[in-house]
Amino acid sequence: MQVRGLNFYYGNVRAITDVNLDVPEHRIVAIIGPSGCGKSTLLRTLNRMSDFVRRSRMDGEVLLDGENIYGTTVDVVDVRRRVGMVFQRPNPFPKSIYENVAFGPRMLGIRNRGDLDGIVERSLRGAALWNEVCDKLKESGLALSGGQQQRLCIARAIAMEPEVILMDEPASALDPVATSKIEDLMRELRESYSIVIVTHNMQQAMRISDDTAFMNVNSQRSGHIVEVGPTKRIFTDPQQKETEDYITGRFG
Amino acid sequence: MSEREIISVRAVPSHLGRRRLVNTIMLTITGALAVAAVIPLVWIVAHVAAEGARFISPTFFTDVPKPVGIEGGGIGNAIVGSAIVVGIACLIAVPVGIAAAIYSHDNATRPLGIVIRFSTDVLSGIPSIIMGIFAYAVVVVPQGHFSALSGGFALAVIMLPIVLRTTEEMLNLVPRSLREGALALGAPRWRTSLRVLLPAAMSGVVTGIMLGISRVAGEAAPMIFTAFGNPFYAADVTQPMATLPHTIFVYAISPYKDLHDKAWTTALVLIVLVLGLNLAARLFTRWRLKKMGWK
Amino acid sequence: MQSPRPSGLKSLGSTTGRFRRWWNHGDLPFRAAIALAGILVLVIVLAIGRELWAHSILPREKFGLAFLTTSTWDPVRQQFGALPFIIGTIETSVLALIMAIPAGIGVAIFLAELAPDWLRAPLGTLIELLAAVPSVVFGLWGLFVFIPDVVKPLGNTLHSAFSFVPLFDGPVYGPSRLAASMILAIMILPTITAVTRDVFLALPRTQSEAAFALGATRWEMIARVLVPQSLSGILGAVILGLGRALGETIAVTMVIGNNPDLSASLLHPGYTMASLIANEFSEATNETYVQALIEIGLVLFVITLLLNMIARLLVWRVARRFTGGTA
Repeated sequence: MQVRGLNFYYGNVRAITDVNLDVPEHRIVAIIGPSGCGKSTLLRTLNRMSDFVRRSRMDGEVLLDGENIYGTTVDVVDVRRRVGMVFQRPNPFPKSIYENVAFGPRMLGIRNRGDLDGIVERSLRGAALWNEVCDKLKESGLALSGGQQQRLCIARAIAMEPEVILMDEPASALDPVATSKIEDLMRELRESYSIVIVTHNMQQAMRISDDTAFMNVNSQRSGHIVEVGPTKRIFTDPQQKETEDYITGRFG
Repeated sequence: MSEREIISVRAVPSHLGRRRLVNTIMLTITGALAVAAVIPLVWIVAHVAAEGARFISPTFFTDVPKPVGIEGGGIGNAIVGSAIVVGIACLIAVPVGIAAAIYSHDNATRPLGIVIRFSTDVLSGIPSIIMGIFAYAVVVVPQGHFSALSGGFALAVIMLPIVLRTTEEMLNLVPRSLREGALALGAPRWRTSLRVLLPAAMSGVVTGIMLGISRVAGEAAPMIFTAFGNPFYAADVTQPMATLPHTIFVYAISPYKDLHDKAWTTALVLIVLVLGLNLAARLFTRWRLKKMGWK
Repeated sequence: MQSPRPSGLKSLGSTTGRFRRWWNHGDLPFRAAIALAGILVLVIVLAIGRELWAHSILPREKFGLAFLTTSTWDPVRQQFGALPFIIGTIETSVLALIMAIPAGIGVAIFLAELAPDWLRAPLGTLIELLAAVPSVVFGLWGLFVFIPDVVKPLGNTLHSAFSFVPLFDGPVYGPSRLAASMILAIMILPTITAVTRDVFLALPRTQSEAAFALGATRWEMIARVLVPQSLSGILGAVILGLGRALGETIAVTMVIGNNPDLSASLLHPGYTMASLIANEFSEATNETYVQALIEIGLVLFVITLLLNMIARLLVWRVARRFTGGTA
């Protein structure tokens, strides 16, 4: 997935300026930066959840397999099927664990019980939740703990077998133990998916990501990417003064 | 793992054409329903305006009814009667409604507060004809005859939950800091309520009264056995009195074309009054909320 | 919270002084007054029940439960059985619900999810204004416009197409159960729409986002997330609408024909509990007759009371669902 020359506007205010970003396959890209710099906004343009923002518009391209997801021949429903998303706060449906995971496949018209059972089990295993819930699939997803709920949401997303998974501060509402489980899980998910994660937690970015993009606001208060590169280099040898200030805590 | 091979979800087609079609059809239906839902309102208002305007004249507002077949005659008695009966309802329902709203607001989580809120909901769901019977039983029967007083009483009971609820909703919007500030300055609770809370919630009170009036001014059912009707001007509240909705009802079910025409004109007067008040209440609330900067 | 007042300080200690201070301070009398007003609301509800009960003693003693299960309503021979009116009320209300539920939910979906911003508020206001049109104006319009222009032609069509179905037996009357049901459907539509819309708007944004992020179309989000999660709230809205339909008086009285016709046909005149009371109360000449009508009022009161309690509980439950944590 590649982002090319992306600008995003709320009304007349340019919230994001000229973003270019590559998300290579089987890598985790972390987007870090101070709050209000447009990290989440950028993330939401990658699966067109930004379509729901009133009075907003964007220009530039987001290429998925070389095809612009904002192109006229592309259906947004198909884009979101191929680019999954996990939100800041766990948001399982008030349905059973099983039905939460089966939600997407059912929408595609998969009705065969055997097929659904297989998909649910595979997805829950993929989200490292199977062993904890395999004997209570009929219970409500809301009855799980916060960390389990978030992994259920991950299972729900990977049930669609997306190509890219977007994660919007997926651990910010969780305790340290649950957070470390999610981080372990992300390393496993990298085997099968590309992942873009927004985080305000630099240690987390350092621990899990392959590449890091640092975003900041410019003098017009518009978000832009200051520097992007392999995580190790960004944190040990930043090329930009702004980046260095941020990661060493001299800023925000 | 089960023995059968797990299918690849990625390989399943999206059926985009079919799903988009269903989407479009269903969304179009809801849009069409929304338009259709407005048709009766437009139809009623347009028809009442067209029919009613034909016979409207200055004397229609001032004259009392004349016997069928004789030219002229108006609804002056019903206009005055409605004003008096609704006025009585306000005199009872407004102070009680406001006081009860303050109590309910102050004690929202206490058992009695919950019971009162529940009673308010229940009261607002009781059919108006039952309120008529209630007024008949507690006012008309002891008095021995129909009266404006009993009509006002019935309408007061209908109006009470409306005033109470809108007042309380507006009290809930008053920022906590405002009342805490007043209490911290050493003001007694009741002064806080009356001098700080209520003015801030005044829009709720006014809205509640306007909505309440617009509701009860159109009530015909309870009038049948309370205020009843009176072909003459009357100011004595212990006597029967004509009201606009009851007049429409009586005229409409009469066999005379002449009275049907008068029913339409009376309906025009009533609908302008009721819908006008209702709209005014909404606009007023919106304006107040904007001015207070709470919305 | 004692505000020091010179007069109070001076007379501190004496009983009259303490009383005056208490009175000047004013909290207790004020609280007593507002508590009294609050309790009055409860008292009124109880008093309505008590009055209806007390004023229907004659027919209750004379007929007992047979009042509810017999069909003879003959004031001259002092025979009172309310069954046709109970059936008429339920029949017209249920038919009105069948028409109003899908329409109300559809409109609520449009208002909550689809309408463009500029249309949302005006359209919502128009539909709520429909609820503010006085019942007697609905009746007037129903009697002189809606029945001849819509109900009668519709009745003729239904009769000629389905004359073998008892529901559509001829002859086709204008004022009929069908007319009453259709007017009721229009009258309760705003109630169902407004409550359902509010229930829809209470759905957390994160829920619809979850569905969209999985690639749901808007309709799929509505049908698979919004509506299922709002079901108990919608049920509450429907019950509130039912309560309104059951108790609606004047409009029904004007369009139903007021005849305890025992046939099954929707195209025939009917009679409801409320319209019976409205029609006969002022003509009721003896005590048993009046009390029989009041007993019908009692039945109506009990039914609407129960329905309202159920509806409120359902709507409350929806509001607590997501704040409460578990489902």
